[in-house]
Amino acid sequence: MAGHIVSFKGCIVILMSAVLVNNYVLSKFLGICPFLGVSKKLDQATGMSIAVIFVMLLATAVTWPIQHYLLDPNGLGYMQTVVFILVIATLVQFVEIVLKKYIPGLHASLGVYLPLITTNCAVLGVTILNIDESYSFIESLVNAFGSGLGFLLAMVLFAGVRSRLESGDPPEAFKGLPITLIAASIVSVSFFGFAGIIENLFA
Amino acid sequence: MTKLDNFTKGIIRENPVLVLVLGTCPTLATSTQTSNAIGMGAAATIVLLCSNAAISALRKVIPDKVRIPCYIVLIAAFVTIVQMLVKAFAPSLNEALGIYLPLIVVNCIILGRAEMYANKNTVGDSVVDALGMGVGFTLTLFVMASIREIFGSGAWFGMAIPFLQNFKISIMTLAPGGFFVFGCLIAVVNRIMMKKGKPRRSLGCKSCPCAEACGKASCETEGKGAEA
Repeated sequence: MAGHIVSFKGCIVILMSAVLVNNYVLSKFLGICPFLGVSKKLDQATGMSIAVIFVMLLATAVTWPIQHYLLDPNGLGYMQTVVFILVIATLVQFVEIVLKKYIPGLHASLGVYLPLITTNCAVLGVTILNIDESYSFIESLVNAFGSGLGFLLAMVLFAGVRSRLESGDPPEAFKGLPITLIAASIVSVSFFGFAGIIENLFA
Repeated sequence: MTKLDNFTKGIIRENPVLVLVLGTCPTLATSTQTSNAIGMGAAATIVLLCSNAAISALRKVIPDKVRIPCYIVLIAAFVTIVQMLVKAFAPSLNEALGIYLPLIVVNCIILGRAEMYANKNTVGDSVVDALGMGVGFTLTLFVMASIREIFGSGAWFGMAIPFLQNFKISIMTLAPGGFFVFGCLIAVVNRIMMKKGKPRRSLGCKSCPCAEACGKASCETEGKGAEA
C-alpha cells in the first residue's frame, strides 16, 4: 500500500517473474488476439508490443491513484471494472490525439496499433492484477513494465517461429490457425525452463 | 431465419470460439477444469444476454459515433453485477476464475455480438442470438475442459477416473496443453467443414469488433495472405 517500503530486490523479483515466469501471453493467456493476429511480421510485432508497454505503464500510472485515492476511500471499490475500462479507453484516445498532433513520426509507426489496445485484455488485466496483488505504486509500475516486456518477448519469439511455419507443410485440416496454436504450445513449453529462476535469483 | 435457426447457428455453424475465433483468452485460461468452464460459460452468457438485450433496445438512441464506448460502459456495468453475484453466492468460483471474471468486459464475443447483431436487430432476436452464442461458448469450453481434465488430472467434474488416474499427463492442465487442445479442436472443425465441402474460414477479422480500426494495421495483410 501507500506506506509500503519499496525494496530494489523486490522490484527485480516482480520484474523477472512478470517477464519470464508468469508471462502474460504464454502462461496467463492475456492478449492472445494480438499475439495470434499481429505476430506474422517482426516489425509489426515489435510496434504492437511497444505500444502495449507504453499503454500498460500509462494505464497503471493513472488507475492506481484512482483506486487508492478515489474509489477506496469512498467505498466505491466495486466500480473498479467500469472505471478502469473507461479510463483506459479515454487514455488510448488521448494518446492517439497527442501523438498525431505533436509527434507525427511516432504516430505513423505506433498509431495504428493504439485502437486495438483498448479492448486488449492484457492492459485491463495488468491494472486489475496490480490492485489485487496490493502492490505499491512503484511495484505496480515495475509489474506493468515487466508484463509489457514479457509480451514483447513472446511476440518477437513467436514472429520468428511463425516465419518458419510458412515453409512447413502441415496436414490440410491443420493449415492456418491450428498449426499456429500448436506452435504457440511448444513455445509455451520452452518458458517452463524459467520456472525455478525466481526462487534462486538471490540464493 | 426462424428462431430455432437463429439459436442453433451459435452452437455449430457460427460457433463463437471454434469458427469465429473470438474470446480465445478466457477459453484457454478457464478450461482447466469442467466446473470452472461451466462457471465461466454461464457468467459470460448472462452478461451477453443482458448486454445484447440492452444494446438492441437502445440501438436507436445511441449515436453511431460513440457507440463503442457506450457498449463498453453497458457491458462493464453488467459484468460488475455478475461479479458481485458470484462473489456473494459462489465464492469458490470467484476464487477459481480470479482475474478472468472482470475481464469478461473485454471478451470479444460480447462486443462482437453487440456490433454484429444486436445493433441491427430487434430485442427478441438479439436475446435468441445471445442465448445461442452463450450456449455455444459454454459447450466449447465444456468440451475443451473435459479433454484437459480427463487427460491432465485423470478426473471428470472432480471425480477420479480409475485407470487414467494413474497415468496423468499433467501438462494438459498447464498453459501448453491449452494451446494444444484448442489447436486440435479447431483442426477437427476444419476437417468436418472440409468434408461437407464448405470453404475453410481463415482467421477472419470481419468478426472482430476492432476490425475497422485495425484494417489499417495488420488485418488487411492478414486477410490478403489468407485468401492467396
